[in-house]
Amino acid sequence: MNVWRDQDIFIFKQELMFSIIRSMWLTFLHMFHKRETILYPEEKPKLTARWRGRIVLTRDPDMGERCVGCYLCAAACPVDCISLQATEDPTGRRYPEFFRINFSRCIFCGYCEEACPTYAIQLIPDFEMAEYNRQNLVYEKEDLLINGQGKYQGYNYYKVAGLAIGGKGKGQAQNENPPVDVKSLLP
Amino acid sequence: MDERFNPIVIVAAVLGGVMLVAPGLIWLERRLLALWQDRYGPNRAGPFGVLIVLADTLKLFFKEDWIPPFADKKVFFIAPAIVMISALMGFVIIPFSPGFMVTNINIGILFFLAASSMGAYSIILGGWASNNKYALLGAMRGAAQMISYEVFMGLSIMGVVILSGSLSLHTIVESQADLWYVVPQFAGFVTFLIAGIAETHRLPFDIPESESEIIAGFHSEYSGMKFGMFFVGEYVGIILISSLTVALYFGGWLGPDFLPPVVWFVLKTFVFIFLFILLRASLPRPRYDQLMDFGWKILLPITIINLMVTAAVVLVQEHGWPY
Repeated sequence: MNVWRDQDIFIFKQELMFSIIRSMWLTFLHMFHKRETILYPEEKPKLTARWRGRIVLTRDPDMGERCVGCYLCAAACPVDCISLQATEDPTGRRYPEFFRINFSRCIFCGYCEEACPTYAIQLIPDFEMAEYNRQNLVYEKEDLLINGQGKYQGYNYYKVAGLAIGGKGKGQAQNENPPVDVKSLLP
Repeated sequence: MDERFNPIVIVAAVLGGVMLVAPGLIWLERRLLALWQDRYGPNRAGPFGVLIVLADTLKLFFKEDWIPPFADKKVFFIAPAIVMISALMGFVIIPFSPGFMVTNINIGILFFLAASSMGAYSIILGGWASNNKYALLGAMRGAAQMISYEVFMGLSIMGVVILSGSLSLHTIVESQADLWYVVPQFAGFVTFLIAGIAETHRLPFDIPESESEIIAGFHSEYSGMKFGMFFVGEYVGIILISSLTVALYFGGWLGPDFLPPVVWFVLKTFVFIFLFILLRASLPRPRYDQLMDFGWKILLPITIINLMVTAAVVLVQEHGWPY
């Protein structure tokens, strides 16, 4: 009867080939390798520019709010952590009346940023937002709004949109032709 | 060299030393594993993070000590005690230095084998009393592993016993003054070490508690300090096997005179503790049937051949050829 199978002979050969000793030696050599750990509070990790961290609301170059209150971010949010209410100023420009992000729910997926048609909502490379009180993780509009343009410099939604607001009529936007007189027969 | 300490002092020192070093190994193991995995390991609490031991112990004490309602309570309670008792019993016969051992009984090695066999009971009883299929699987594996590896653990020591002509560890260490037994008994040393790893069910032979297959094996249902007992019992087992390897094969306390004998013993023991942790860092766990095959089909023949060759050589040396 053949007691020793191929597998046993393989194990036996491995013993003879000292492959186990070799792997132990290689592990031992890791003692002298460079550490992978970043000792966090003393040493900050390098975050790339497109790192998905804390969410901010940006402004356009003229320091007006970029957000037009279209609700697309709230609709895209898989965990429903964004809530807002759109309103209009007297000139017809839309803006959010309140804008609230519950960061205790947010999963930092970045779908809101992808959904935003005006580059208003953006994720920035910052994650240090721990709180002792859960309620403090609910950010209101004044906590979210920053005095800057974030990642997309020089973009002003109302300057390129066809919508007429106070101070900018139809056809006055960038790259926009004057409105066509539909009642005229001339080209 | 024959100064005898008060036995109570020796018992207290050995017990205190082991119970101090065993939790310290938690820290040592984490630091060393981290070292070999390009990390730092615990380095926050206290100097080099040693206070992680205190934090761990406090955490275990304050955890809810839950006994499952479906468990066999008495047996469930007694199993963690057995692992500690059996591991600590082994230290009775360890010669730390001349005159510094709890007792120098003339059947020291037999006593150790008996005490370590008791350890199998803790696994079987713990797994059985948990009334949990994973715990029972772990217990069955543990029982099979410990029983089969004990066979040639005893047989591999017998080579040393033949050479020294004594079962007393004190005599065995003293007879290594000229040559450590690791040289003539290299096969015995290797098999003893492998059997010792299997006996303490450390990686790569942690089949009874393999986390990835059967959760935590025999101690799946344990929590709080009862789990801590299994945990510390494992480390006590590591120290025991390491110090026994040193006493049997590496000349025990023997060493150059510039260090006291106890220091030599502890230094050599720690080398083997390091080896245990290095094994954990580098080797994967074999399958259960591979473990059994390896034991019965490879290690057992090697130990028997080693035993017979040793016996024949000793016989020829004493009586000439043909005797």
